[in-house]
Amino acid sequence: MEQILSFIAAKANYWAYVILLMVGLYAMIVKNNLVKKIVGMVIFQTAVILFYVSIGYKTGGTIPIIIYGDGHNSIIEPAAKAVDYINPLPHVLMLTAIVVGVATLGVALALAIKVYQEYGTLEEDEINKKIRA
Amino acid sequence: MKTLGQITVLFCGGLLLFFTSDFPDFGDANSPASLHLSPYFIENTLKDTAVPNVVTAILADYRGYDTMFETTVILTAGLACFLLLRIPKREVKSRYYLHEPTGVTLRFEGDKYPQKSDVFKRIDSNWVPYDLIINFTCRLLIHFIQIFALYVVAHGHYSPGGGFQGGVVLGASVILFAISGNLRAAIKRFGEKTAALFSAAGVFIYAGTGALCMMIGEHFLNYNFLSPLLGTDRIMARSHGIFIVEIGVAVTVMAVMIWIYYNLSSAGKQDEGL
Amino acid sequence: MIIPIDLIILVLIIISAIAAITVSDLLSSAIILGAYSFFLCLLWTVMGAVDVAFTEATVGAGVSTVFCVAAIFHTTRRTKD
Repeated sequence: MEQILSFIAAKANYWAYVILLMVGLYAMIVKNNLVKKIVGMVIFQTAVILFYVSIGYKTGGTIPIIIYGDGHNSIIEPAAKAVDYINPLPHVLMLTAIVVGVATLGVALALAIKVYQEYGTLEEDEINKKIRA
Repeated sequence: MKTLGQITVLFCGGLLLFFTSDFPDFGDANSPASLHLSPYFIENTLKDTAVPNVVTAILADYRGYDTMFETTVILTAGLACFLLLRIPKREVKSRYYLHEPTGVTLRFEGDKYPQKSDVFKRIDSNWVPYDLIINFTCRLLIHFIQIFALYVVAHGHYSPGGGFQGGVVLGASVILFAISGNLRAAIKRFGEKTAALFSAAGVFIYAGTGALCMMIGEHFLNYNFLSPLLGTDRIMARSHGIFIVEIGVAVTVMAVMIWIYYNLSSAGKQDEGL
Repeated sequence: MIIPIDLIILVLIIISAIAAITVSDLLSSAIILGAYSFFLCLLWTVMGAVDVAFTEATVGAGVSTVFCVAAIFHTTRRTKD
């Protein structure tokens, strides 16, 4: 039981990232509605972010803010050990990715509004029919 | 299309699930991602830049180019939203006005509307009565949200936070004002031109700091060389340089969030909206 | 032991992701997406990525939900799938 739980805990984040990635991909391929496709795109983005944050985690590590003394003579403090802190590099990459993600979400929704004004519907098959007609 | 999609998803998902067995275990301190570059950052950030929050230091100093162009991407997204949706003011057929002393709603044709009147209040065509409680609570909250946002920007060195988060919270306060009241009142206080100017000004602050470093000393975005201007030693100059850059990021992110909201919520008319 | 909390939040995330793409009302979909972002924010706090969690709480659960609602306000909330 302990072994099974530790095996699940060792890989659960990767399985979850694959499942979320596939949920997003499924919504982007199969769903007919444009806003549903955009929702799938957001889920896809966050799945990639989950993967990046997962590979940076260290068991027993603390958050990547260096603990130091009174704050005035920081230079003579002993150097921090890398094992004690979670890897900060994926956090930096993903922090900017989230904000850029919401900006691109805004552009995608603007396109959806424009399509709706032009064709009066958000369903992809009806839009295709109106384009061909 | 549906079966094709399902086959694709199952195939890709199966492959990805199969290869997760090759990944290092979750929480492994010796995974390849944690061995090469990040130990340098963790061990040397405090010595190099006097910033305890490693994420902020990497974001604005070690990887300054990256963040600068991310800020440019955000500005571009705001511009794209504007160019896609914004439509020039058309001839308005009719507008609705509320006569405040009596509570009667009147419809005015064309331009014959009481612009400077005190007793008439313009309302949207899809107007619903404002909830007094929501309106009043939001107006009380907005000041505290904005002060908290400034705190987040200023304390990004010592606690989680920084330009991106503080900028989004500042933008969200204006968006909250627009939602709780109406869009025209928000546009009167933080106009579209202001949003455009601010979003460009943030990128200018960021790139200008880099260019200033280049004019004084050697490299683009190397804040060491700002020390004669700021009157501090070279390590604290990096800390202050990070702060200046974070302000630029916050200004851009705030303005772009508000700008995108204005365009989305009014579908480009910027007249009546959510 | 902190791992079970982690697993519970992962299950909640997957459930809300599937609910967001299956529900047949776009406004509900937007709101469930906000809840999904909030669960992700919790997960990142547990995993020690505090800056990412803060960003997700402000951006994902706050502003992107507002954008979705604003876009649905100008289009339609009905859909077939």
